[in-house]
Amino acid sequence: MRARFWGTRGSLPVALTAAEVKHKVAQALLLAGGRSFKDQAEAETYAATLPFTTAQTFGGNTSCVELELQPPGKDAHEYILCDAGSGLRPFGNAVLARHGPKTPNVFHIFMSHPHWDHIMGFPFFTPAYIPGNRLRIYGCHSGLEEAFRRQQAPPSFPVDFDYLGADIEFIQLEPGQRYDIAGLRVTPKLQLHGGDSYGYRFERQGKVVVYSTDSEHKLDSAEETESFVRFFFGADLVIFDAMYSLADAVSVKEDWGHSSNMVGVELCQLAGARHLVLFHHEPVFKDAKIAEIEAETRRLEALTRQDAPQLTISAAYDGLEIDL
Amino acid sequence: MELNAAQKNNIVVLAPRGRIDHLNADAFGKAVAPHVEACNKDGPRLLFDLSSLEYISSAGLRILMLASKRAIPAGGRIGVAAPTALVREILEISRFDLVFPVFDTVNAGLASFADPAAGH
Ligand SMILES: [Zn+2]
Ligand SMILES: [Zn+2]
Repeated sequence: MRARFWGTRGSLPVALTAAEVKHKVAQALLLAGGRSFKDQAEAETYAATLPFTTAQTFGGNTSCVELELQPPGKDAHEYILCDAGSGLRPFGNAVLARHGPKTPNVFHIFMSHPHWDHIMGFPFFTPAYIPGNRLRIYGCHSGLEEAFRRQQAPPSFPVDFDYLGADIEFIQLEPGQRYDIAGLRVTPKLQLHGGDSYGYRFERQGKVVVYSTDSEHKLDSAEETESFVRFFFGADLVIFDAMYSLADAVSVKEDWGHSSNMVGVELCQLAGARHLVLFHHEPVFKDAKIAEIEAETRRLEALTRQDAPQLTISAAYDGLEIDL
Repeated sequence: MELNAAQKNNIVVLAPRGRIDHLNADAFGKAVAPHVEACNKDGPRLLFDLSSLEYISSAGLRILMLASKRAIPAGGRIGVAAPTALVREILEISRFDLVFPVFDTVNAGLASFADPAAGH
């Protein structure tokens, strides 16, 4: 199984400004120290050796993560996604580039919740406009379909949901139940968030991925902690809402519905998880800030590891791929 | 986790020992509650001596946050002192070093809190 991150930002998409790109280029030129390159490929190979924040960026699309069970070819394929944030748009374009417009594909989309940053990519998801495609949108909110329809209703969007050409079905799931969907064993879990959100535990052939975003941890009840330890238990990959620092999450941003890198490390350590991905980055944070948080989180993991095996820590970025 | 309390002039020094995690944070909260209650503009200042604290989890830090949220608006003062290297890094990474003063030693904390000229 492979996880591919199409959108990793929380709340609102962000883009690098011209000044920020210029700053990165200048940094790269300084680091190159007059070196010359014979072509683009050689320069890109060199760029890959530079610090991530110099040569790359954590990216700016909102939540959308693909789970790939088998690499797709040109033939019709079943795609699996978590959330329909603005990262869904480049995902859809990549699918069209791979298959062309005539191949009937199936898209299974698991929705954490219908907040705008998690549905905003859908009106720009070109495969939804193409007859022959089938979309199965899963979630535990009873008002999920209504939220999708409303964002495409006038005056918010020019194309009504009813004009979408694909065969679209909304499927309601119950938290705590286990389902077999698209080759995965799927268990949703209720999370604390304004209007509720749901995490998903995906299992297949002994591999486990947990998608747990927009989830606040109150830290006032050992039972609540233990329920998440069970949810994360033995996971190969935990995609975790680490939007704020712990101090912010329990004070000025209490009840804002998000969590911290520190709680992510603790829950993953208690659950014996192998890889923690910091996700739903605060839109205010620049690349350097996210890289700093990633480094501090790795340090925290090392400090508190004791005798347990290492927990790998990554800050998600648009384009990140993780093989399980 | 044990909690040792000692009063020095107008400062109560609370010294937790061992580890504070999600399983005993509640007990830690109950143990510090009466001292937090008393920490206001007329009551003693509160200094946590962390020299014997081996580890503190997010649930334990939340108790310190609640203490500060209660005492500071009431005119009290709260600080932590003498964290071990590990606990100091936890305070920094969690950004709790921005929530209350972190003194290198208990004596530095006592001196700062004893100073009547020091503001809140
Ligand atoms: Zn969100
Ligand atoms: Zn949300």
